[in-house]
Amino acid sequence: MNDRVLRVQDLAVHFKIREGGLMRAKIHTLRAVNGVSFDLNAGETLGIVGESGCGKSTLARAMLALIKPSRGRVLWLGEDLGKMDEETLRKKRQDLQIVFQDPLAALNPRMTVRDIIAEPLWTFFPKIARVQVDERVRGVMKMVGLLPNQINRYPHEFSGGQCQRIGIARALVLNPKLVVCDEPVSALDVSIQAQIINLLKDLQTKLNLSLVFIAHDLSVVRHISDRVMVMYLGRVMEISRRGNLYKKPLHPYTSALIKAVPVPDPQLAREVVETGLTGDMPSPLDLPAGCVFHGRCPYMVKRCELEVPALRRLENADWAACHRAEELDLTIGKTG
Amino acid sequence: MTLLEVKDLDVGFDTPEGEVHAVNTLNFSLKAGDTLAIVGESGSGKTQTVMAIMGLLAENGHVSGQALFKDKDLLQMSSAELNNYRGRKIAMIFQDPMTSLNPYLSIEKQMTEVVIHHQKLSKSEARAHAVEMLRAVRIPDPERRIRQYPHEFSGGMRQRVMVAMGLLCEPDLLIADEPTTALDVTVQAQISHLMNALRLKSNTAIILITHDLGVVAGLCDRVLVMYAGEAVECGSVEQIYYQPKHPYTKGLLDSVPRLDQPEDKGLHSIPGNPPNLLSLPQGCKFRDRCPRAFAACTQQPPMHIDEGRHAYRCFLEEPV
Amino acid sequence: MTKSTDKPVLDPFEAALGVSDLKGRSPWEDAWHRLLKNRAAVYSAFIMAFMILIVLFGPMLISWESDFTDWDYTSAPPSVQSGHWFGTDAIGRDILVRTLEGGRISLLVGLVATIVSLLIGVSYGATAGYFGGAADRIMMRVVDIIYALPFMFFVILLMVVFGRNIVLIFVAIGAINWLDMARIVRGQTLSLKNMEFIEAARACGVGDWAIIRRHIIPNLLGVVIVYVTLTIPQVILIESFLSFLGLGVQEPMSSWGALVSDGAQDMESAPWTLMVPAVFLTVTLYCFNYIGDGLRDALDPKDRQ
Repeated sequence: MNDRVLRVQDLAVHFKIREGGLMRAKIHTLRAVNGVSFDLNAGETLGIVGESGCGKSTLARAMLALIKPSRGRVLWLGEDLGKMDEETLRKKRQDLQIVFQDPLAALNPRMTVRDIIAEPLWTFFPKIARVQVDERVRGVMKMVGLLPNQINRYPHEFSGGQCQRIGIARALVLNPKLVVCDEPVSALDVSIQAQIINLLKDLQTKLNLSLVFIAHDLSVVRHISDRVMVMYLGRVMEISRRGNLYKKPLHPYTSALIKAVPVPDPQLAREVVETGLTGDMPSPLDLPAGCVFHGRCPYMVKRCELEVPALRRLENADWAACHRAEELDLTIGKTG
Repeated sequence: MTLLEVKDLDVGFDTPEGEVHAVNTLNFSLKAGDTLAIVGESGSGKTQTVMAIMGLLAENGHVSGQALFKDKDLLQMSSAELNNYRGRKIAMIFQDPMTSLNPYLSIEKQMTEVVIHHQKLSKSEARAHAVEMLRAVRIPDPERRIRQYPHEFSGGMRQRVMVAMGLLCEPDLLIADEPTTALDVTVQAQISHLMNALRLKSNTAIILITHDLGVVAGLCDRVLVMYAGEAVECGSVEQIYYQPKHPYTKGLLDSVPRLDQPEDKGLHSIPGNPPNLLSLPQGCKFRDRCPRAFAACTQQPPMHIDEGRHAYRCFLEEPV
Repeated sequence: MTKSTDKPVLDPFEAALGVSDLKGRSPWEDAWHRLLKNRAAVYSAFIMAFMILIVLFGPMLISWESDFTDWDYTSAPPSVQSGHWFGTDAIGRDILVRTLEGGRISLLVGLVATIVSLLIGVSYGATAGYFGGAADRIMMRVVDIIYALPFMFFVILLMVVFGRNIVLIFVAIGAINWLDMARIVRGQTLSLKNMEFIEAARACGVGDWAIIRRHIIPNLLGVVIVYVTLTIPQVILIESFLSFLGLGVQEPMSSWGALVSDGAQDMESAPWTLMVPAVFLTVTLYCFNYIGDGLRDALDPKDRQ
């Protein structure tokens, strides 16, 4: 399981925002993604977690070359996606698929389920016979838990969870190798969330997919991820294996995120655990110097204000971007 | 002292596709200073319940039953009378802080408007009061920020402003409709913490509407679980979380991914889809998705009430 | 005691696998049903249908020719015994026949100019909106410039150069009207462009023109249809205005605008010469407006709870 399929190197996406009137226009730079690097192996699930403004959605699109990065590169199976010509890149899209956050908005309201799922087939195999298309669409529908007899229906006739299944079916119809899921369950009811997460997990095993699962909640990615990457204001704070991250996180921000998840247990919840975070998240237009997190970190020292910590590999083979990573003990459950 | 008592509340909507029964014969009560959570997913009717109580239903909606607030029926009041209650005795916070605040008015204007109207304070008194409230919800530098406009605040701060606005007139009852759903986890934690502190201080009763069982556990005394417009279970927070009696409640609790449990245990889910209010099944509305459904469920199940006021609507008698 | 059956979760799923396909209910069908519930729109549609029929076939059923001058009855008021149910004009031509034939011209102008503006406007606007950037800016600047040209001046210029020609009327009106359509379509395209299903199509490798064809245009049709039904009366009115000024269709052809213009001159002595074409014109305009409103409500329901 150690063949690397995706490598992201120092990826950055900057947007220029114009502010002000005709005369005194100021141009700010929004550093949505600000130097992200990570690898993904075949058959692996990487969970990406971060709060709003951390750049995870932008990263998802940059990863799939849906937006052009300002810096860095994305290597898929060794090839640089940014250097490909349009036609080659278009062909590669068969392998690289995405599932969106809003299940209903991701489907054309005027197309039937059949057309929506079949579109990728028509795009890459324009000569394909109708019968074959029909067979494949029904097969994929069954695979994601949709009744094939719904094939002539329109998106507005389905519930949120079912719409998301349609989106997943569309992503799978070409047998991709990588599927990026951008907050696929955030817009769904809790009981349906569990259904979709279980479905994705099953499909990954069955089809040997590599999966990137983006969420804003650490508890959601826990069940599906092999490794988890934590982002804050466009940078990576930590990438650790699941078994380690939830027990002993390496970065103070991860620790705060874990403590902030509300536990559905009245007795445990009464023992109110402070997240330790002070202040509010700064605006991505006005990033702090040094470590982007230093203004809110309970463990900050002088060095953190001045020097940007690099994402480095620690002894246990997990990665963290913190000057004090070796000395801090952030084991969950330990006070102090 | 019972602050709010809802009896046989029925809410329906006339739509081109037919009559939608959003809420069916709902009964519950709330004591002063209590915190009640109304928990449910899409189609449960939780939001329409409070919209009906507050007189904020859409035009094609109709309501019957009683909503007795300090023994006066809110549903029978005229618009003018209800206006007197809203904001002063009963305050409401909505889900999306982005759209709940008027982008064209400064925070000061929006906050003082409420106080001046209800408590007849002068502008400067109202302003001072508002600043104090902003300080209580931990908005930094409140004297300066009160003059700013909503777009100059972040999502979490806007929601805190909403909480401050809600509590300005020291209402007897605060209704919060999914106040933390649109917020990040860390901000959510802050707001929950804040609401807890405030209720302890001012003894305001709170109705919290949410689908997030984690938030409920830390904040509420009692829980009402709704499904397809009906109450399926009601009890103290300990009863609901540790001894759920209705299969839906149990299924919901099991679906929540928990950090304190081993991760290789698969995620439990409730099969099927949320109810379609245009075509509800006969009898128990949950039976199509219930792992314990059997022949009798085609009839409407009765409401059992256990010792300790733990009520649930199901034919099963042994714990789930 | 209570008994519960053991029900494997997928059972209803497996059982339903063999069932035949269900029929879908497209958003168009929904809109159609909503439209049918709008009484004003439905009545207007019937009236318009009736109007089109009598305009097309009426003159054939009436015994008078439109250019026949009945010297017995010049400027005669409407009467049954004279045979001229709606009266005659100053030189004895039957008002009804002239109005119906005028209606053909007016409605034809409405139709043709609208089709022209539709074809040019939609493709222009969708292309500008979809590709954005420099192309969009240039294309819309062109629109702005043409918009700024004084319409009347332009028409008079055409008349002077090419003489009074009915085809010219179509060209002139069509040339102005597509601008509005282009702007509206561009605006809609801009908002559609950012919707997630467009992004999804791109992520699946669908090409730009296929996206415009399959995803953008079908979702534009709602707005376009509404705008078309509101454009038709606008165009008819413009033509009427031109005719009223004496720049429109030439004798012996007539349009409602020309008839109103003639009738206005005899307004005091023979009011029916004005009223009859005016009523036909007004009724048509009202009907299209009601239909347009009905379509807008049907296609864009905001209260889907």
